[in-house]
Amino acid sequence: MSTLREWVNRLRFFWNRARFDREMGDELQFHIETRAAELEERGVSKEDAMRRARNEFGSTQLAREDSREAWQFQWLEDLAMDLRVGFRMLWRSPGFSVLAILCLTLGIGANAAVFSWVEGILFRPYPAVAHQERLMALAGTARGETGATSLSWPDFLDLQKNCTLFDAFFVSKITGTSLNIGDRAERTIGSIVSANYFDAIGVHPMLGRGFVFGEDVGSAAHPVAVISYQLWQGRFKGDPQIIGKTQRLNGVLHTIIGVAPQGFYGTFVGWAMQFWVPASMEEIFEAGGYKLEDRNARWVEAYARLKPGVTAQQAQQELSAVASRLEKDYPLTNRGRSVQLWPLWATPFNNAGTLLPTLSITLVVVLCVLLIACANVGNLLLVRSFSRRHEMTVRAAIGAGRGRLLKQLLTEGLILSGLGAAGGLAVAYWSRHALVLLFPARAGVSMYLPGDLDWRVLALTAGVGLLSTLLLGLFPAVQTSKIDLATALKSEMAGVVGGQGKSWARSALVVLQVSLSFVLLVGTALLVQSLQKIRTTNPGFSTDRVLTTAVDLVSAGYDVPRAKTFQDELLDRVVALPGVESAAFARVTPLGYGAYSSSPIAVDGYNVPPEEEPVVEYNEVGPAYFATMGIPVVSGREFNRSDDESGALVAVVNETMVTQFWRGKNPLGQRVQVKGRWMTIVGVAKDSKYQSMRDQSKPFFYVPRRQNFAIGASLNIRTPLNPRTIGDELAREVQSLDGNLALYEVITLQEQVDRSTSPQKVAVTLLAVLGGLALSLAAIGLYGVMSYAVSQSTRELGLRMALGARASDLLRLVMVQGLALTAAGVLLGLAAALLLTRLLGTYLYRVSPHDPRAFVVALAVMLATAIAASCLPAWRATRIDPMRALRQE
Amino acid sequence: MTRNDPSQLLPGTLFLLILKSLGRGPLHGYAIAKRIKNASANGLEIEDGSLYPALNRMLVKGWLEAEWGTSENNRKARFYRLTPEGRKQLHAEAKEFEKLVKSIQLVMRTV
Repeated sequence: MSTLREWVNRLRFFWNRARFDREMGDELQFHIETRAAELEERGVSKEDAMRRARNEFGSTQLAREDSREAWQFQWLEDLAMDLRVGFRMLWRSPGFSVLAILCLTLGIGANAAVFSWVEGILFRPYPAVAHQERLMALAGTARGETGATSLSWPDFLDLQKNCTLFDAFFVSKITGTSLNIGDRAERTIGSIVSANYFDAIGVHPMLGRGFVFGEDVGSAAHPVAVISYQLWQGRFKGDPQIIGKTQRLNGVLHTIIGVAPQGFYGTFVGWAMQFWVPASMEEIFEAGGYKLEDRNARWVEAYARLKPGVTAQQAQQELSAVASRLEKDYPLTNRGRSVQLWPLWATPFNNAGTLLPTLSITLVVVLCVLLIACANVGNLLLVRSFSRRHEMTVRAAIGAGRGRLLKQLLTEGLILSGLGAAGGLAVAYWSRHALVLLFPARAGVSMYLPGDLDWRVLALTAGVGLLSTLLLGLFPAVQTSKIDLATALKSEMAGVVGGQGKSWARSALVVLQVSLSFVLLVGTALLVQSLQKIRTTNPGFSTDRVLTTAVDLVSAGYDVPRAKTFQDELLDRVVALPGVESAAFARVTPLGYGAYSSSPIAVDGYNVPPEEEPVVEYNEVGPAYFATMGIPVVSGREFNRSDDESGALVAVVNETMVTQFWRGKNPLGQRVQVKGRWMTIVGVAKDSKYQSMRDQSKPFFYVPRRQNFAIGASLNIRTPLNPRTIGDELAREVQSLDGNLALYEVITLQEQVDRSTSPQKVAVTLLAVLGGLALSLAAIGLYGVMSYAVSQSTRELGLRMALGARASDLLRLVMVQGLALTAAGVLLGLAAALLLTRLLGTYLYRVSPHDPRAFVVALAVMLATAIAASCLPAWRATRIDPMRALRQE
Repeated sequence: MTRNDPSQLLPGTLFLLILKSLGRGPLHGYAIAKRIKNASANGLEIEDGSLYPALNRMLVKGWLEAEWGTSENNRKARFYRLTPEGRKQLHAEAKEFEKLVKSIQLVMRTV
């Protein structure tokens, strides 16, 4: 208790140092003058009195210093001293210091960067949004379905009305439209939101207003939009008179009522939102018509913010209770359905879910890298502590306490990791937006995956720094605590290659490094293999010589007859272009954004087993689609111009569908029922990839566009020309048909495939970069240990030489030593890798986590690195001059 | 005449003397030194250089409080006063000291 008071007093002193000095001066002055006055009263002359008083007092300076010392913290003084000494030590061996700080900078920097990504993408993903720590994602669940479902609007309103533990509920559902910019159209992404959106998240438009109460009610009743700062600057050139102007979005004129502030990107992990429309406009942006009163139409993606102090568990209980009441009240629509809260980092309806595994794997990997870096620096410190053993021994001999020595060593570790952490933060700052770079760019759609260096990241980085300090200080400290004064002062033992007892610590560290790098190498090799598998998987269509693009007629307000005319004319012109072999429209391009239509089907002669209602996906495609895409038609024919509104209804099925529904028998001439209409099968196409390169084979069929018309469509073109060459010509053709229209980005199907595999590529790139980093750190570690071993055993090596050992013998001696360490590390790493590679789970495509090839490759790389790292020290061993080595003591 | 520096006598004695001298009311530094000198009939003289560090140490411990006031010769001076904590300390140390002195006397008489 009294110590607490002392601390408080000392702290008070600390803040009032200047006043203390002034008062102390006054007080001493008063003392001396009072004494002088007393002497004067006894008859001493004024000058004499003053002088005598001063002399009696002695040094006022000393009194002041002693008094001040009473208030100060001894440890602070010691720390300052240790820091000074520590810096001097580091300054004296710049090579060591630079290497150590570099290792720590890389190790801590990799961690800080990943922390900042985790913070910015998963924990605080929405800049400018208030109280994200209490924000949770809200989604539905259904009995018998895993994962989340969307909510219906009436359910959402009932939850909002009946729950009391929440500040706010709001809807934010991603949607898209096309904006024509110049002669090219761009996909633009925005959100359908509830009217309280901007108020609920505490974001206030910088121009105009947000939505007001009631604007999310009614069928297409409130065509108003708030646009992003980015869109305002880019599309509207920062027009200050923008409020009140109109913009066509999905064919409907919307009045722009607000511009969101700079630095606000909406509430969707992965993409920067460019516009917001109220829920009443939902039917304009999504298929299925008016849904605001339909409890069976589930499209809502929502968030809820808990009141302060409410736990997620309490909130969930209340939600579940309300949901089960709804289930009772509306059994027809809500049977078996409930509602679930998700932390933001596990939000089921945006990219948080897909990035979570990547980031958690990366986090594990960077921790490995940090461990390796710490082991490296620890090794360097150990080596130095041997050479400093004499210094430490002397200090201990002249009375420095063990604790004091330990503190000195820890302080040096603190300086190193402090500098490393500072460098690491710089690395994190530079790489905070690096994650986006790993994803391929798409015209118009801006990815937004920000790192966030907030205080929590800083604190965590500081924590990592401290942890490494402890690790670093530990090695030499253990060494120091073993100092035996008498023997240590007497001898400076010369080492022997292998064999010496003290080197076990350094060897253990190298073994650890090698094993960690080996695990990372195996992981990288597995991912590379998996990516290669994905890349070389035949998608079932040509990837070169086929381009894909689109013209968005929906946004431009075309009706069906105009759209048909336009698309026919455009197709004629495209096919007439020099170099174009064929072209075809299709509602959905494989591996793209678009979702396929699906329908319950009935098949002639196939008895549906009870409880099974086969639902199959299909695509609406134009004439010559298969020829254009390079999808082989194995029997029958593909669609042609006569498969139109007036022709007989037809369909083409894929091979899996033949196997499943016709047991492999030729289905030509058989019928399939889709949405109540019977269609005759005229052709069988080979299976291909539809949604993703990782698709398993599944039944799929095609119907002619003309017989199942939807305005939206992509245009696929078979041509040897490159996208840029033909893009300009295409854009001109589009503009000459309708000056208000613009063409989308023109890309090859290969590009389309590449974009769809980007999550795998990102994982591979991250792991490869970090694995490379780990490997080079481990190589440095191995090199350091071997060089040190050689330099410490010069005498022994010299003796061997003098006794007739050849250079090749010495070479072998050192190499074997290095390889033995590597072998031990690889064995340990092998065991770890066998356990850990399973974590890669969904990232592995047709590759077993124990694939022997990956292990062999990792082994080869590790061995090559180990040989390279031990070569130089081994070569140096052979250059030892035996005479000099033996004379040296 | 011998001038004994109490800080050299027994450890902690200086603190005890200062505490005791403040027992009857606040004093400034010079008056403390003087009171000890007078009370000991000039037998104990505190070195001025060690008085102030000691006072500051006791301030840190919370035994004393300091306050600026006016001295008998009408000048601004810093007055020290016992805190309740300091008073407790005084009693404890005085008792301890008496015990110590008695013990020493016993030794001196018997041995």
